[in-house]
Amino acid sequence: MNFRIEPERYELREGPAYDFSFDRRGFFKALGGGIVVVSLITRAEAQESGGGRARGRSMPQEIAAWLHIDQNGAVTVYTGKVEVGQNARTNITQAAAEELGAPVSAIEVVMGDTDRVPYDMGTFGSMTTPQMVPQIRKASAAARAMLPPGAWSSIDFASIAKQGTLLQAVTGDAKPKATSSWTVMGTSVPKVHGRDFVTGKHRYAADVKLPGMLYGRVLRPARFDATLGSLDKTAAEKVPGATIVQDGDFAGVVAPTPHAAAAALNALKAQWKSQPQTSSKTLFADLERNSAPESRSTHESGSIDQGLSAASHKLEADYTVAYIAHAPLEPRAAVAQWDADKLTVWTGTQRPFGVQSELAQAFHIPEQNVHVMMPDTGSGYGGKHTGEAAIEAARLAKGAGKPVKLVWTREEEFTWAYFRPAGVIKVRSGVDAEGRLTAWEFHNYNSGTSGIHTLYDVANQKIVFHASKYPLRQGSYRGLAATANHFAREVHMDELAAAAGIEPLEFRLRNLKDDRFKAVLHAAADRFGWGRRKPAAGTGFGIAGGFEKGSYVAACAEVQISPGQAPRVVRVVESFECGAVINPDQLRNQVEGSIIQGLGGALFEAIDFEDGKILNPRFSRYRVPRFQDVPQLDVVLVDRKDLPSAGAGETPIVTVAPAIANAIFAAGGQRLRAMPLVRSRINPTTSGGTAR
Amino acid sequence: MARNLELLVNGVQHSISAEPARTLLTVLRDELDLTGTKYGCGEGQCGACTVMIDGIATRSCQTGLSAAAGHKITTIEGLEQQGSLDPLQQAFLDVDAMQCAYCAPGMIMSGAALLAKNHNPTEAEIIQAMQGNMCRCGTYPRIVAAVRLAAAKSRRSVA
Repeated sequence: MNFRIEPERYELREGPAYDFSFDRRGFFKALGGGIVVVSLITRAEAQESGGGRARGRSMPQEIAAWLHIDQNGAVTVYTGKVEVGQNARTNITQAAAEELGAPVSAIEVVMGDTDRVPYDMGTFGSMTTPQMVPQIRKASAAARAMLPPGAWSSIDFASIAKQGTLLQAVTGDAKPKATSSWTVMGTSVPKVHGRDFVTGKHRYAADVKLPGMLYGRVLRPARFDATLGSLDKTAAEKVPGATIVQDGDFAGVVAPTPHAAAAALNALKAQWKSQPQTSSKTLFADLERNSAPESRSTHESGSIDQGLSAASHKLEADYTVAYIAHAPLEPRAAVAQWDADKLTVWTGTQRPFGVQSELAQAFHIPEQNVHVMMPDTGSGYGGKHTGEAAIEAARLAKGAGKPVKLVWTREEEFTWAYFRPAGVIKVRSGVDAEGRLTAWEFHNYNSGTSGIHTLYDVANQKIVFHASKYPLRQGSYRGLAATANHFAREVHMDELAAAAGIEPLEFRLRNLKDDRFKAVLHAAADRFGWGRRKPAAGTGFGIAGGFEKGSYVAACAEVQISPGQAPRVVRVVESFECGAVINPDQLRNQVEGSIIQGLGGALFEAIDFEDGKILNPRFSRYRVPRFQDVPQLDVVLVDRKDLPSAGAGETPIVTVAPAIANAIFAAGGQRLRAMPLVRSRINPTTSGGTAR
Repeated sequence: MARNLELLVNGVQHSISAEPARTLLTVLRDELDLTGTKYGCGEGQCGACTVMIDGIATRSCQTGLSAAAGHKITTIEGLEQQGSLDPLQQAFLDVDAMQCAYCAPGMIMSGAALLAKNHNPTEAEIIQAMQGNMCRCGTYPRIVAAVRLAAAKSRRSVA
């Protein structure tokens, strides 16, 4: 099947589509007097305008962020990054407060509003911390330099603002504070706007309400790739207040209440035409069979054959990873409002400017006619890169001539969003008599390239990604393919250690040169008591380590097994190093959350599908981690103040599954090579087993 | 057909004209604009829509309007008293028991209902009471800690 919107290698990386112009927006006029600092991405001509005045279209487009300080000393930071629960808002607030010497309460961050913030590709790939935070720090440091010395409270902001707008553009040469003198960064500032969330005041996209707004529902095809044969609207049109909107294969309803909209939707009688489609039962064979031959060797060195001939232990094994869903607790939602040919949309997305482009294309209007606003959103995990709900709400609003709110049902979210790619990984390896790797051949079919490279020291390597024809719409997910690749690699390393008769931690250390990797392995092992504690009968310890997106992680798991029962994860210790820690408590929160979310994919999450339908599109049939699934957790943060900060929302998820799989084996269980582990063990073919 | 119903929400009496089969969730959100109560699944599996009815944690997406009429309904917006947060709301802030926080209102309602009848729940009792509430960000340990903290603070303030 072919979907129109498909992220390249599962992460969207489009170039800027928006031709930003200060003049067109009259933006700075609207701000009023005070200090404005624009943070520019380094470029030769950008430097020329440093300290100068905005010159309309001649202003460079490479703007990362800007901030404004008004006559009361209120600071507003503008960034295209968004908040989806990873606490970017808090980290950016800390960065500005630190460099300005301002209290956290003086800072407000405007995020993801396409009329008010500079273009940004999107919030993914753990880039906010390594890329955006330094830009904010740079702009804030420059703003501080424009202010008189002394305490924030002593500054006469009113007289500064009377001078009009003092505009400065800064490039890479601004000097932010040294890590050693941080007083706000590096501390556990609580979540910004926390009170609005615990009181229910915060308005997520689905909570936006406009005067005269109607509620929409979209008619979904009976199967993927189905086309509309016929549509009988007679009964639906009789539902009081309902309007039917149809445009080719797209059909939907709007009504004054969600109840009436649902009634009208149910009254639509559609005939769909579709071709037979494949099933999850044959997924892995299909992915391998339908792959491109030797599509792209991402890395090759030495000779696998020579490496294998030098080995005293050789091993070959296949690993599989199922399709899983992000299942963000807030399903996709959008409110759309037209004013002639201008469109305003509130929606939860990780790419507001991407959604702006999608909308402009869908309706053949210029991008500057599309205003996308992104209220802090009920999570994404890589699952909200696209603008389906926004486009649908806008289509319904256009057809109805009124503002429309569209909230996807859970079933729609499970069916019409996209999934973490399934994959098959085939590994062939060899190890010599001293327990050193001699050969490492690694083929990933479909799941992706993130984390595909090994940090273990092996001269003879061949690492290949094979693109494949895939049966479900697939895209980004927290950590992308790093989870699949770490699962295969770290379970395989465990198998090699067992084959060579070497203790698993020792085996890893023997094959590592990277000190940061070694440090996280030691940190997790020490806290866990690895090598000092003996597992009880029926209990096993497993270890796994990894590196991705600039940060290092290691996990130790304790798992208890008993015949006929699902394995119980008793304890997980995870160490994490992402350079200098910006907010220890929230980092801990992210790592804990990654481990717990990782338990789902490790143990029981899998999407079942057949003939163009998702068979388990609801929480009663798709199990995710709950309170009772949470093991004893211990997070060890390795704070490297000497290193730049890396993102932390993704990488801590990658070692969860292999550590558990290795612990199950150590407990005397089977060697499990399929994610999810428990389901494949308890009930490999049918649904509805005890593990679900 | 639409009927007139009386709903007592957060101490305020509301006259609603709506189909009795409508869920309490959509009436709270769309008629009364009490959007702190969230839709998450529509099948009573996730707990995002939890409110208290006569003090009992209830899934508003599974509650028909006629079943709710005549009872005392409390939503997340009704917990704060004269600008002062409920101890569990404060505890959520104190231990940062949230990430995206979409689950937080439902979690707080389930936890507050538990604390109202059990002032000193064990960890196992908290987990059992909250098992029907889902947090996809995985902040469960912090939520348990928040419930315990709120219980401890309430005990101290009573003593």
